[in-house]
Amino acid sequence: MMRNISFGGGAWSTLWWIPRGIIFGLLAFFIFGPLFNLVLWTVAEKWYFPHSLPLQYGFSYWEKVFAPRGGAIESLTNSLIVAVLTVVVSLLLAIPTGYALARLKLPFRSLILLAFLIPQAFPNLTVYVNIARIFYEIGLNGTVPGVVLVHVSHGLVYAVWIATAAFSAVDPELEQAARNIGAAPMRAFFDVTLPLAAPGLMASAIFVFLESLDEFTGSYFVGAPDVNMLPLLLYTAGSGGNYQIASITALLLLVPSLIFMMVVERFLKADVLSKVGH
Amino acid sequence: MAMDEGFVELRGIASRYGSTQVLNDINLSIAKGEFVALLGSSGCGKTTLLRLLAGFQTASAGEVMVRRRNMTAEPPHKRGMALVFQSYALWPHMTVAQNIGYGLKLRGAPRSKIAERVSAMQALLGLQGLEARKPSALSGGQRQRVALGRALAIDPEILLLDEPLSNLDARIRLTVRHELRALQKRLGITAVHVTHDREEAMVMADRIVILDAGRIAQAGTPEEVYNRPASAFVAAFMGAENVVPLSGTVDGEAFVIAEGPVNAAGSVALMARPLSTGSVEARFRPEAARLAPAGDVMAPGTGITFRGEVLAVSYPGGHWRHVVRLGDREIMADADRAFAPGDAVAVHVPAEALFLFSSPHQAAGSTNSRAMTSGKVSA
Repeated sequence: MMRNISFGGGAWSTLWWIPRGIIFGLLAFFIFGPLFNLVLWTVAEKWYFPHSLPLQYGFSYWEKVFAPRGGAIESLTNSLIVAVLTVVVSLLLAIPTGYALARLKLPFRSLILLAFLIPQAFPNLTVYVNIARIFYEIGLNGTVPGVVLVHVSHGLVYAVWIATAAFSAVDPELEQAARNIGAAPMRAFFDVTLPLAAPGLMASAIFVFLESLDEFTGSYFVGAPDVNMLPLLLYTAGSGGNYQIASITALLLLVPSLIFMMVVERFLKADVLSKVGH
Repeated sequence: MAMDEGFVELRGIASRYGSTQVLNDINLSIAKGEFVALLGSSGCGKTTLLRLLAGFQTASAGEVMVRRRNMTAEPPHKRGMALVFQSYALWPHMTVAQNIGYGLKLRGAPRSKIAERVSAMQALLGLQGLEARKPSALSGGQRQRVALGRALAIDPEILLLDEPLSNLDARIRLTVRHELRALQKRLGITAVHVTHDREEAMVMADRIVILDAGRIAQAGTPEEVYNRPASAFVAAFMGAENVVPLSGTVDGEAFVIAEGPVNAAGSVALMARPLSTGSVEARFRPEAARLAPAGDVMAPGTGITFRGEVLAVSYPGGHWRHVVRLGDREIMADADRAFAPGDAVAVHVPAEALFLFSSPHQAAGSTNSRAMTSGKVSA
């Protein structure tokens, strides 16, 4: 009897890999198939229909992209500078805002939280064309601060919502314990609350960074042609039919996303995520 | 002692949360080195009072004085009172040593002095070898001691304890009670301890302050509140849960209890109790009652004897506990031997263990009067 059961179990477990294998195989294909295609394009010197693989491989397009006149280095630098500045400005705004929304009894709290969503609630194009017009009048158009401001308005919803959740997840008693033992309010905040909310703030920073990195519409209207960004390069290359340059740019944009996934997985705790938007 | 009288003073403290009055007219004077327990059921305002002392809550009226200095408007970090939280509130990103040393770091103590004090605290509380651990790697008892160490490290004049033992398991709790009390005595710290555990308050405190619905119901030594409860509420809270309505008359220095449907006539000394002629509520503890077979001649002395019938008997340990029916109500009474269900018994309660309270509005609202009414209807 016992032998039968264990034999049946054994047979089942030896066969179980088949459906599992098929499911994971399909999943891998849908995720990695396009990625593989992308990577292939970056090293394809010659590739046309009906050939399923490139006819000639090489790195000449990489050289072209990273050549001084290719514009990739400039766009990459611009994109990184803008992204970092956007993160700094967003966090400087989101930390006090998030703390206030998490801790203080504010009237219309949910309304305030919702207000940060407004820039996303309307068609981007309409919003950014108008911003561009206003920025043009005050001389912010075509400047890095101008682009940063646009990205901040876009990224603030993530920054504030996640920061609010991160501060909500810190037990107020921990801060009170610091106050009780002799810490002034600011000291208690910097010694206890901020370090404990740091993982959540880190996650919000990464979100904002990524949003800034591949934001297109605002960068286009406010930045171009004086401040060129990576997505713009991708767009130009893609619309010009230059798949190699488009793929290389896309790959460059992909790297931060992958790092982001790993960092978020490490830092963002479930109790912070569960409080987003509350 | 007289000089230290009124070390901490609460004057006319009131607190409201929205439209609810959480605390009302709290007047309390705590001597230096005294261990005071704030005892009450949940929602009585005891934690609010403690948080008010610590400065986390503002009073809507009244003053908090320490050493005759008005602390009412002082922020928490300037009060010099160390609070041990019920949740311990240890900082998870700091080690045990950092948790304990934080208060001294705030005071700008040199590194060597902090290390010295931290290891002294560890030795005092039996936390040696744990300095590099994070709170998450400690047991409940260890966390509790770290929380205590963090509070004591700053050498506070006043230690506030918010049910610090309630998260410990029952056996550890019993030893920690005594350790905490011994420590407080040794260090001469004034302590205010919030608890809902009557026994804990009795064992640890010099003085127990019983709170009921935001007011002080009684303040006194454990012996006083146990043996001379000031109100029916206090008596019930201190375990005198048997209730029997009686009536009687004040006769000089005695209160003469009239014979009733379930009790013989009796008499108890008045002893300055504010009793008035009329109906009274009698309360006593199960262990204070003496059981005897009905008809046995007891030499009762003063007190009162009820006639009843045993309904059920159980053995919780040490003695037999009986459920006895007195007319239309049930009481509990302990005895050294078991009486069988159905036995007619006499329940004698000696005068010193019988708590009498004039029924405030005769029949108004109290549960026992309702029991009487319904009893009559069904009978």
